[in-house]
Amino acid sequence: MNEPMTPSMIAFSPALRILPEILMTLTGVLVMLVEAVLKPRTSRKPLGIVAILGTLAAIAASVYQLFLPAGTAFFGTVQSDAFSVFFHLVIGCIVLVTLLISLDYFEGHTSFVGEYYALILFGATGMMLMTCSVELLMVFISLEISSISTYILAGYRKRSATSPEASIKYFLLGSFATAFFLYGIALCFGATGSTNLYEIAKGVADGASPLLLTVAFGMMLIGLGFKVSLAPFHVWTPDVYEGAPAPVVGLMSTAPKAAAFAVLLRIAYGAFGTAIHIWMPLVWIMAVLSMTIGNLGALTQRNVKRMLAYSSIAHAGYLLVAFTALAPMGIAAASFYTAAYAAMNVGAFGIISYLSGYNEARTSLSDFAGIARRHPVAAAAFAVFLISLIGIPFTAGFFGKFYVFTAAINSGNAWLAVLGLLNSGVAAFYYLRLLAQMYMVPVEPPREADTAHARPAFILAMAILVLAVFALGIFPGRILDLARAGAATFSGPANAASQTVPVALLRR
Amino acid sequence: MSSLTGYLLVSALIFSIGLAGALTRRSAILVLIGIELMLNAANLNFIAFWRYGPNAQALTGVMFAIFSIGIAAAEAAVGLGIVLAVYRHSKTTELDRMNSMKG
Amino acid sequence: MTPSLYLWLLPLFPLAGFAINGILGRRLPKAAVSAVALLFPAAAFVQVLWIVARAHQGLALPYLERFATPWIAVTGFHANFSFLLDQLTLVMLLVVTGVGLVIHLYSVGYMAAEDGYWRFFSYMNLFLFFMLTLVLAANFLLMFVGWEGVGLVSYLLIGFYYTKDSAANAGKKAFIVNRIGDFGFLLAMFLLIAHFGTLSFREVFANISAHPDLQGGFLTAIALLLLLGATGKSAQIPLYVWLPDAMEGPTPVSALIHAATMVTAGVYMLARAHVLFGRSPLALAIVAIIGAATAFFAATIGVLQTDIKRVLAYSTISQLGYMFLACGVAAYSMGIFHLVTHAFFKALLFLAAGSVIHALGGEQDMRKMGGLRKKLPVTFWTMTAAVFAISGLFPFAGFFSKDAILAATFETPGEKILWAVGLVTAGLTSFYMFRLWYMTFFGSPRYDESSAGHGEHGPHGVHESPWAMLLPLVILGILSLAGGWIGWPAALGGHDWIAHFLDPVFTSASNAQLVVPSAADFRLERILAGVSMLVALFGWWLADLMYRRKPQLADSAEQKTRPLYTPIWNKYWVDEMYGAVIVRPILALSRNLLGRGVETGIIDGANTAMTATASGASSGIRRMQSGNIRSYAGWLAAGAAAVLIVALYLSHSF
Repeated sequence: MNEPMTPSMIAFSPALRILPEILMTLTGVLVMLVEAVLKPRTSRKPLGIVAILGTLAAIAASVYQLFLPAGTAFFGTVQSDAFSVFFHLVIGCIVLVTLLISLDYFEGHTSFVGEYYALILFGATGMMLMTCSVELLMVFISLEISSISTYILAGYRKRSATSPEASIKYFLLGSFATAFFLYGIALCFGATGSTNLYEIAKGVADGASPLLLTVAFGMMLIGLGFKVSLAPFHVWTPDVYEGAPAPVVGLMSTAPKAAAFAVLLRIAYGAFGTAIHIWMPLVWIMAVLSMTIGNLGALTQRNVKRMLAYSSIAHAGYLLVAFTALAPMGIAAASFYTAAYAAMNVGAFGIISYLSGYNEARTSLSDFAGIARRHPVAAAAFAVFLISLIGIPFTAGFFGKFYVFTAAINSGNAWLAVLGLLNSGVAAFYYLRLLAQMYMVPVEPPREADTAHARPAFILAMAILVLAVFALGIFPGRILDLARAGAATFSGPANAASQTVPVALLRR
Repeated sequence: MSSLTGYLLVSALIFSIGLAGALTRRSAILVLIGIELMLNAANLNFIAFWRYGPNAQALTGVMFAIFSIGIAAAEAAVGLGIVLAVYRHSKTTELDRMNSMKG
Repeated sequence: MTPSLYLWLLPLFPLAGFAINGILGRRLPKAAVSAVALLFPAAAFVQVLWIVARAHQGLALPYLERFATPWIAVTGFHANFSFLLDQLTLVMLLVVTGVGLVIHLYSVGYMAAEDGYWRFFSYMNLFLFFMLTLVLAANFLLMFVGWEGVGLVSYLLIGFYYTKDSAANAGKKAFIVNRIGDFGFLLAMFLLIAHFGTLSFREVFANISAHPDLQGGFLTAIALLLLLGATGKSAQIPLYVWLPDAMEGPTPVSALIHAATMVTAGVYMLARAHVLFGRSPLALAIVAIIGAATAFFAATIGVLQTDIKRVLAYSTISQLGYMFLACGVAAYSMGIFHLVTHAFFKALLFLAAGSVIHALGGEQDMRKMGGLRKKLPVTFWTMTAAVFAISGLFPFAGFFSKDAILAATFETPGEKILWAVGLVTAGLTSFYMFRLWYMTFFGSPRYDESSAGHGEHGPHGVHESPWAMLLPLVILGILSLAGGWIGWPAALGGHDWIAHFLDPVFTSASNAQLVVPSAADFRLERILAGVSMLVALFGWWLADLMYRRKPQLADSAEQKTRPLYTPIWNKYWVDEMYGAVIVRPILALSRNLLGRGVETGIIDGANTAMTATASGASSGIRRMQSGNIRSYAGWLAAGAAAVLIVALYLSHSF
């Protein structure tokens, strides 16, 4: 497939289409090389700073891509458009904040932290690539790049017993789900003769072998449903989140999910856009199941990380509600919710990583008693994230849910919105319990972990997230415009190519 | 029975065997092998669909199979590494022993 | 071009107070915390007065102020960040900032000895911020922001005494029950978006007014959902259960949030959405019935309560019922009028009760009070004004507003029964308020003088409160007497000023037509006023008989009416019913279905302990099932099979 003709007719290298990914990869390679020549017992902070700079460059490159006309490159395998840029920015910001949180997390506990940074960067490369792939081969490769990195990251607290266990659980179940995904792609290839999303869309529209396509979509949904921990493919989530290091959980509960949701959006609305009747009921059922199982599971959970794991299942369910809305609005709502969810969830796990430290000194609900007295600022930030997770106005969580449910109702799915609202009512209960523990239980004797002091990098990360939660909640206009611009690129390849650049967004 | 159907049946059979292996085996390594079988079933599908498909000169199926073999190798390498890490802690590769987290 | 009123500044004042006290309060001296806490609400109050002055000089109302346009724009829907000022808003602003300021002043005295003084005031200021946002909002969305915000702060303040389990639980209960109401509000908003594409009050109501054929149907659905929201916030049947428990919070909180302002938000919302309700006679009828029923039931429960604050809580629920009743018979300005007078006398009742509790070192049980008239003269006299006002005795504030509501109900065709219920409730109100009055201030002292002094509030025995607490009592006392005169009805030779003032807001409703009252109407109104006055006096007489002249009568009455007494004493078992029907099943579902079934996990304490002690204790069965990768893989495979089966089934059915 040739390069589409761009209206501007300015020739530019196809590499610009994957500039953020290139920057991330190069930074990752650099970090690994420097790691090799550093002395074993020295601080690895400089590597972290290099990684942060690389991520910043990648974010800048993503913004730059907004100025390119949307279009495909490398034989039609990748497409950079407002949609991919939106998710690039979300993932880039998550990675940036995670790196900031991690900067002091491993200090003094383990060497080889350089690999940790490199793995995060490589994983992020995969995730970013997922969001701009329009060819299932590319999707599969980038999905594996991101997955393999996160498998290792989940086990990074090597000396603890739970971390490797989390890693192997995640790895085995993840590869298991990947096998379904790959088989689904194979069937899809068989049904339509292509693995390019636009070619598949044509095949689906022609009504070629509907049976094969149904099974193919079902299997791809299984693979992606696992990655975003939708019920009934959620079983791994609580265990893995409990065992993995808290900063990694913050990352893996948001960034790979954002990427996988982006892929799901491209497949569902893009490739299978004319076969909505196949996937709409499935999505409907999975959304209800995820919301309900997630919230009910969290309700009686005493381990805070597991509780947030169940809550993340529920949030994946809320997000899936957006899928039941009609094309542009549903896509925009889902994209916005990804960003909102990322801000609050990374924040929540960041605070946990700070309060419990490397040794995970605080795990159960009662360990958080009276935190507000001992760490007033951290507790306040945690409160902001929890309030946003509940969905109180003026926070990202509220508007995320508001858009999602508005989209669902406008598309005639009122009952799903009702179920979602009921669920978020139940959910308030367990978030409040944690909030009450922090604020309304008398101070406990000091703990070992309480000697920890917040480092500047961590404070910066939390400040960014708190600001993001409020910014998305109070003035969501600009990010929403970008999400809508992204949604508009779904009208098809021709349309996407000739679409005018949403530069106006940046000038507002 | 056309040849394509035959390949597809074999592939489905391999997938099922892999699935059964992954579900029933207690050793992490054997489960990994089961998963590899499932991946290879998909690869067989790619080749079969490519060979008997309308667009055989496009090479999509072959490309996909080659890439997926490479990735499966990487995955297996990482997987064995993780199994080793677990072994270092609990001195076992039995999956049934790895249940310190639940609920 | 109207000159700017700087409405945006109004909520920012208390927000600044919140920020300063919240961030620096811990390190600031107490005096500085108080100064910040008082200064910012005072500034807001001054601005409101300035706005009133501008309005008096002929400022055109309604006045709209936009800040971000569009604030949010989604396909098919957009909302602006804008504030609306009309007569209704103005009245609410005066109440919120005025009463709010007075209660802040009172709190300076009341909370002086409390831990977390700065925390208390930062929350209080935050409350004012959200309440002002709620009142000023020009669309449902922004209103909802304030609506949720006040709920959150209410939760924080109810649980202020976090060392008490009951306080933390009460906070949680309030929050959860309100979530049910909010659920209705949210759904109503979604329906509004789906049908009108906007949430702006002006646009929605203009749209409805422009289509006279829109009657009932989805408008009823929206109205009923909004009503659900209102019953949550304003503690009406079926969602009133949280308010009595909310009394676990500090008394000034009860006065400000759970009596004067936040709980009236539901009434305000009904009044604000009157155009919508006007198109749905069914919804209006339900509002009226809920109002009358709540007023009556809450009053009956109030009769037997012995905790002074709980009596007041049930009386608040009951009085809010009156306001609902007023809205239900489309007498919105009467409802708002009662909201205003109620804010005065109920805030006063709480503050005076707080003064009593303060004097007795934290005692809230009226059976352990008595004879405090001489010891707490200022508290006694101001409380008397409030009791007279709530009982509806002429010429106190409550008389005018309550009588206006009852008269409006009587004049609404087909609502005579509701009027009768309202009248009986008025008698009950008078009875239990005078009961409270007698039990607290008359008779012989039943408190323990020695222990009373040694509470957390001071070492000097039973004593009158400091001036910071008494001044607010006096101010509110005067308002409880004279505050009702703004609505002195024409039938009694007044001008009915408040109704005329609010007319421009409510006559825009198509159903309201100005009827010139005739002499016969006046005569009827006078008779009705006389009747309600008599009923109130009867309640007083009965309370006087049972709690002053013949105290043994109360006990014997209790004995004789046992079948009636038991359900009332147990508050009709509503809490227990909710617990059995709703709360327990959810928890059980979570625990059993998910805990044991799906996740095969361990949730309760005993089991967690067993997993902690790991290998030895856990049996082979548990090792087979929980946390096991293979069982997880089994679940994945089963889920995969289910997805494929569903997908295939669906593809065949299409």
